[in-house]
Amino acid sequence: MAKITFITTNNEEITLEATTGSVMELAVQNNIKGIDGDCGGVCSCATCHVHVKEEDFEKVGAPSEIEADMLELEDEVSDYSRLCCQIKVSDAIDGVTLKVVEE
Amino acid sequence: MKEKICVIIGASHAGVNLAFSLRKEGWEGNIQLFDSDPVLPYHRPPLSKAYLTSDDPIESNALKAIESYKKENIDLHLGIKVTSINRDKKSITLSNDDEFLYDKLVIATGASPIIPPIPGIDTAKNLFALRTAEDVLNIKKAILNTSSKRAVVIGAGYIGLETAASLKKLGASVIILEREERILQRVTSPVMSDFFQDIHAKNDVDIFTSKNVIEIETNDKINTIKCSDGTSYTADLIIVGVGVRVNKQLAESIGIEIKNGITVSETTATNIEDIYAIGDCSFHFNPRYNRFIRLESVQNAVDQAKVCAAAISGKSPIYDSIPWFWSDQYDIKLQMVGLSEGYDDIIVRHEEGEGIKFSVWYFKGNELLAVDAVNNAKAYVIGTKFIKKSTIIDKTKLKDPKEALKPVNLLIK
Repeated sequence: MAKITFITTNNEEITLEATTGSVMELAVQNNIKGIDGDCGGVCSCATCHVHVKEEDFEKVGAPSEIEADMLELEDEVSDYSRLCCQIKVSDAIDGVTLKVVEE
Repeated sequence: MKEKICVIIGASHAGVNLAFSLRKEGWEGNIQLFDSDPVLPYHRPPLSKAYLTSDDPIESNALKAIESYKKENIDLHLGIKVTSINRDKKSITLSNDDEFLYDKLVIATGASPIIPPIPGIDTAKNLFALRTAEDVLNIKKAILNTSSKRAVVIGAGYIGLETAASLKKLGASVIILEREERILQRVTSPVMSDFFQDIHAKNDVDIFTSKNVIEIETNDKINTIKCSDGTSYTADLIIVGVGVRVNKQLAESIGIEIKNGITVSETTATNIEDIYAIGDCSFHFNPRYNRFIRLESVQNAVDQAKVCAAAISGKSPIYDSIPWFWSDQYDIKLQMVGLSEGYDDIIVRHEEGEGIKFSVWYFKGNELLAVDAVNNAKAYVIGTKFIKKSTIIDKTKLKDPKEALKPVNLLIK
């Protein structure tokens, strides 16, 4: 099980728990503002952009090539950007904090 | 003051996104969302792709959790049909004769698969379209219940091709019959048609073009599909993917202007006050391509929903998105941006030494109209940026695989 904290653009902090699925699915199921997941999680739409908290980035890992390319569509891309449909929920990411980029 | 009511007919990508976008825009009124499909609204694109080949329940595919509707105070009415609109009274009537009043009405009724009037099609065994969660469940059941698993897909558009790839993964033998001379004829260029024909052949899916199905004969659960050229094909399961028809009856019945869909303005408004139309059913103007179009896509549904929500909330938005689409077949990821229709020049760019990875760039003169990117998100993203900004690019450099695919390398210096 992993606890994941989302911080939305209006600085609301929401911590959720999950064992399976993607972080995007977890966010959509819990109505986290700014995570839309329009393509259903196949890395095609870039509507689930998060900035991983710097100290958590190693835990979460770097984006794949296609994900990194898709992130280039985003204006607010940073060194810690991920599309969270591509982050699998697992014990490995327990305790991470993700800042939601979109409103 | 009496609370305002927004009624939305159709709870798929367009209708559901509209309901949530209205809340984002600060609409405080009542939201009534209707759909005849009884299943909690779900993502449609995976139906022919991942969902068909997985055992995941449809709930894992939901657009929003049921709790989210409650939290946002959206009244979701599923499994019930809206049978009429009364424009003078500003109300809708349901199949159970209940009536709902509205201040704003949004038609997001989408489209339905065409089942062509082929003799014998009504009595064929295990014949399905693919549009709803129920269709997919029926297809899965049919595959499980036949031992020989011979599938014939009628129609080689994206739905037909994706379904063929998925059925193959499920262990079926698959034949695709296409009426036109090439697959994807209505939607893409010969380059892409050839590419996908080849990919399917490599995966042991037989595609036959110029095949006009004239009759389906069914004996003892086995279908025989007969074509006008005298050939025939045996099928335990038939998938029909020959396109869709707009669900326009409700709009038509009250005098809303219909052309190749429900005609809407740049704010998604119809010609009748307080009535809007969004998603697959809308016929709208695209300023970038300077013509009216109808799109069957998630992008269009979601973006129009946002525009419509802003319009209903009293703003003056303009719908001017660049269309984008995707398709997944086997290990091929196709991403498309823009509309290639009307192109007079085409550049195919293969990336060096990386397996299947290429992009097709469509131009009219120097103007970049569209990009199809195969396993190449970079080309898709760069294409999107160029199209949005109407950037003129250096075609010679684009053609040269030694020039790395970066915007700065492709600009005219």
